Amino acid sequence: MQNRDGNKANIAFYPLMIMLVVMSAGPIVLMLMTSLRPNVDITSPTASFFFMPTLRNYETTLCDLLWYKPEHVGYCNPMFGRALINSLIVAISSTFLTLVIGCMAAYSLVRFRFFGRDVVSLTTLMMRMVPPAVLLVPVFGIWTFQFGISGTVGGIILIYTAMNLPFVIWILQSFIVQVPIQLEEAARMDGAGPFRVFFLVVLPLIKPGLAAAAIFTFRIAWNEFLLANALSDRNSRTVPVTIVNSLSDLGIDWGVLMATGMLLAIPPILFTFFAARQIITGMTAGAVKG
Amino acid sequence: MFLAPAAAILAIALLYPIGYMIYASFLDWNPSQRIGEADWVGMRNYLKLLNDAAFWESTWVTVRFASIVVTLEMIFGVGLAMILDRNLRGMSILRTIFILPMMIAPIVVGLMWRYMYHPQVGIFNRTLKSLGFDTIPFLSESNWAFASVIIADIWQWTPFIFILSLAALQSLPQSAIEASRIDGASGWQQVLYIKLPLMLPVLIVTVLLRLIDAFKVLEVILVMTNGGPGLSTEVLALRISRTASEFRELGEAAAMSNALLFLLMLLTVIMFGYTKLQEKRAAKLRQAAQEEI
Repeated sequence: MQNRDGNKANIAFYPLMIMLVVMSAGPIVLMLMTSLRPNVDITSPTASFFFMPTLRNYETTLCDLLWYKPEHVGYCNPMFGRALINSLIVAISSTFLTLVIGCMAAYSLVRFRFFGRDVVSLTTLMMRMVPPAVLLVPVFGIWTFQFGISGTVGGIILIYTAMNLPFVIWILQSFIVQVPIQLEEAARMDGAGPFRVFFLVVLPLIKPGLAAAAIFTFRIAWNEFLLANALSDRNSRTVPVTIVNSLSDLGIDWGVLMATGMLLAIPPILFTFFAARQIITGMTAGAVKG
Repeated sequence: MFLAPAAAILAIALLYPIGYMIYASFLDWNPSQRIGEADWVGMRNYLKLLNDAAFWESTWVTVRFASIVVTLEMIFGVGLAMILDRNLRGMSILRTIFILPMMIAPIVVGLMWRYMYHPQVGIFNRTLKSLGFDTIPFLSESNWAFASVIIADIWQWTPFIFILSLAALQSLPQSAIEASRIDGASGWQQVLYIKLPLMLPVLIVTVLLRLIDAFKVLEVILVMTNGGPGLSTEVLALRISRTASEFRELGEAAAMSNALLFLLMLLTVIMFGYTKLQEKRAAKLRQAAQEEI
């Protein structure tokens, strides 16, 4: 391999890398720029590359949540603001629930050996396989007619928690296996009960795993559209649902739509920049370990 | 005791719905009915599917979409990984930027591409126009629409394959590569005879994972074309959701879901069987090595 020939030969690869970066980040930057443009500017054919950025589109989107009333907004549509709050509630609480329940399950699976690892990895794979579209019909039917929780935020949280659990259990398991049992035994000698062992010894040691699991769960709960669309009513819509609904209107207000899309994209983008390592770990673990 | 909540939630919210769906696929059911009121129609939904040209069209679109997308992504992803597998500064930045498309919502990905493909305000057609070319009906002509959807998916998922194959490349045993270089293997020969065969297990798993995901794609296409024009981009998952919500035929949608599930199950079983096989072979090799010592 050439990688010991020094850095001279490698400089040739930088144009390629820059091109790749531009290609993958370009559309996102374009979306950001569109969301900052005044509306006239987006539709006019002579729009230039340079423009005065404005937060108007964001003000229109979030008008319900702002403490002041932006003067350019004639009628304030409270839908986006509400959807944003719903999305936050759904994503945060289902992530929290999934992690707590998943942690407990993974821990007991490792320490008390109910099933082998095979069973868990098989279920994880199975769940990875089931498309949300397949769950659409039964979940809609059961949630509406049997549990009576369709149209509530709780219903959406329940299905997201269930969808994410197998993956979380599986990834946490691979981290818990690495915690030396002697450590736990030592804690038990010192008189710690099983709960204290779990919370004070095991949990701090599997923090990276928790981070990866949390990001993946949050991402799915935050981004999911199909099931949220089927299960929500006017008051419990999440952001993806409102985006798709405003698409079906005839005249698309690209500026506002892009601002909404940007708001939806910001949390995952932040995660990516702060925790790229954990995300890659989670992703490669899924494929390399099978 | 620790396991109970997880087991309960999985049973209520996953296993029960799936069983329910298999039952529902034998019913003539619409969304305003309780399931008890729906009529039992036996195999009618399945028979209807077999004779439904639109269903077969969707299946064909799905299979074509998945195979084209996965092939191209494998070529680009593995190729780029091979080229960039060296000590480069800024590799971690590239990787970080590369995960972005996978992290943001599929809905937003669809939105961005729909905007870029837009006939008047989209960047592609604007550029074409300012260069004096005709505009291209990216989303309104069936062949172009299919290609546009594929391009968007490639943009979103090539990085996944790139990152996985780069990880695989960097964990290859250096001794084998070094030995081949001493024997005078050229760069291409190294790639063809040493690196690719050694990476094969990871590559196969990657292909299967991507295939499974490609069969599930829905939101990006929903936002970009909603299956149109005609049925040209209507993948199976999209058809299921439209059958349920627009045509209000829950029984039929359930039957279709079962068909899709069966297809994916097949892929998963192949994948699981393959990893088991690999593990067994690795174990055997290890044993053989130990016996030699």
